[in-house]
Amino acid sequence: MNTVYLDNNATTRVAPEVMEALVPYLGEYYGNPSSMHSFGGQVSRKVREAREQVAALLNAEPDEIIFTSCGTESDSTAVLSSLKVSPGKRHIVTSRVEHPAIKALCERLGKEGYSVTEVPVDSEGNLDMDEYGKGLTPDTALVSVMWANNETGVIFPVEQAAAMAKKKGILFHTDAVQTVGKIPVNMKESVIDMLSLSGHKLHAPKGIGVLYVRKGTPFYPFLIGGHQEKGRRGGTENAPSIIGLGKACELAGQNMETENTRVRDLRDKLENGLLKAIPFCRVNGNRGARLPNTTNISFEFVEGEGILLLLDQFGICASSGSACTSGSLQPSHVLRAMGVPFTMAHGSIRFSLSVYTTEEEIDVVIEKLPPIIERLRDLSPYWGQHRACAV
Amino acid sequence: MWEYTDKVKEHFLNPRNVGEIENPDGVAEVGSIACGDALKFSFKLDENKRIQEAKFKTFGCASAIASASALTEIVKGMTLEEALRVTNRDIADYLGGLPEEKMHCSVLGQEALEKSIENYRGAAVKAPGEEIICECFGITDREIERAVRENRLTTVEQVTNYTKAGGGCGNCHDKIRAIIERVSATAQQVAEPAARPKLSNLKKIKLIEEVMEREIRPSLRHDGGDIELIDVIGDRVIVATRGACASCQASQVTLKGFVESRLRELIAPELIVEEEPR
Repeated sequence: MNTVYLDNNATTRVAPEVMEALVPYLGEYYGNPSSMHSFGGQVSRKVREAREQVAALLNAEPDEIIFTSCGTESDSTAVLSSLKVSPGKRHIVTSRVEHPAIKALCERLGKEGYSVTEVPVDSEGNLDMDEYGKGLTPDTALVSVMWANNETGVIFPVEQAAAMAKKKGILFHTDAVQTVGKIPVNMKESVIDMLSLSGHKLHAPKGIGVLYVRKGTPFYPFLIGGHQEKGRRGGTENAPSIIGLGKACELAGQNMETENTRVRDLRDKLENGLLKAIPFCRVNGNRGARLPNTTNISFEFVEGEGILLLLDQFGICASSGSACTSGSLQPSHVLRAMGVPFTMAHGSIRFSLSVYTTEEEIDVVIEKLPPIIERLRDLSPYWGQHRACAV
Repeated sequence: MWEYTDKVKEHFLNPRNVGEIENPDGVAEVGSIACGDALKFSFKLDENKRIQEAKFKTFGCASAIASASALTEIVKGMTLEEALRVTNRDIADYLGGLPEEKMHCSVLGQEALEKSIENYRGAAVKAPGEEIICECFGITDREIERAVRENRLTTVEQVTNYTKAGGGCGNCHDKIRAIIERVSATAQQVAEPAARPKLSNLKKIKLIEEVMEREIRPSLRHDGGDIELIDVIGDRVIVATRGACASCQASQVTLKGFVESRLRELIAPELIVEEEPR
């Protein structure tokens, strides 16, 4: 059975070219980039090259790239640094639909005496810019708002939000983990101060991330140690993964157009195919402002975990915002913030594609999913009631 | 991904007895779509009053579907008395176990069974005095008590896994903790039948108030005096004397000899009555 992998917002396959680039640095070229000898020096050169490749994808300066261990570390670093360099300011602005890397951190800071404003979203998942504007106060140390949502793919107007923050002298961070590699990012024409990205979301390995910090932004390191990353992040460089990420960023730049044409078309085909074949379902999120690879569809009267397990029988990988799969008893905080009714939220499925997704895979899902939904609806006490009402 | 047993997976993929019985003898619907779990269970009895047929419909995850399917298989052929003895453990055991976080699926099955039998017998579905503890999921004190008792739960987290109570806003965690304490105290009492149940503070105050109203004040008033309950601190019952009692030289005797001994007799032997300092 072939795996139909449509869960690329969770993680992606490591690109073969990335594997090829990094494996020698796990094997024969194991030197420490900080060493004085040329055996380490050759690794140092590759790390520098990777830094340039990452910078090129973001249209940033290589010096503005700090390698970290993951997106979460980048997020924590940005938030905690901003608070550290803004003594006296005790307020953070974020959104209601952040990834736990930001959400849980802000909740913790809220308990430690900071005040946190979570800007709401509308029913299509768009950030409420009026509320956002009202949230910016003289006491605000930092704004951290995601660029695109991991569950719905909805893109936020971060440039506009960053400009508003800048006017008030507030630091602006964005979690762009789902964005980088999917839509163009140009830091030279941006006023965003800090940006997080994660390697494994763009076909590099897990365990490598980046925090972009604009030149001149006050910064306080999170991991204290050696002089690596110019003293901004201690710890021996994860050279193989850094080299892999460099290659992945180079590929992402080359694939950007494919992502926004072929991948988008496949996503639209999947979405339209399912909406046509299955009654009582709907797309969550603003269809006009979304990542090209993501769709989040709610199937009314059924629960997401059952859908995923039945899809799994056919090797189809997706994810759900239902309570049973979220590890809590409540459905996804993103869908709840959008006011998606419970009947819809429990039955939501996210499909996220990549440049490796094929049309055959999309066809498999369009063929297999409708009978799965029908089967679960036949088990559901609400489905019968619903039909009785309709008659 | 959840670690489901093969039996759970098998019952999820091939659920038994799906549907609704026409003209059932007993039927019940528990859970709700908002909670993410709902189960409609119905049964029919044969001429010997044994469950001949049981069917279900479930909105919920794989383990909810498997638990309901298992329930219909377990109860077939049982008398209602036998069926009432089926616990959520039995359902979980039938499936070779459920992940701890999914135990509430088996509790849902047990509840549906119980309520469908109540429905057949025409008994009250909601016990009098039952109180909603968890507002988010609509879970009552009786449901929590039962899960704590039958599964020997000791933490709020376990109660959430088994009943969902406390899994939303978390405002009811203190109440759940109080129920766990109460049930475990009762369980100890069952183990040592001589011991009296440990009273919660609230219960103690209520009982003291009742005894004061019913037994003590009328007889003091008879003598032109009165008494008022000021506070209960642990086992110390603080009171204030009024009327004739307030100026009576013998009021200490009354307090210790009459009030305290009545309270000790009727409520708890360790109570101490004290007069409010003036």
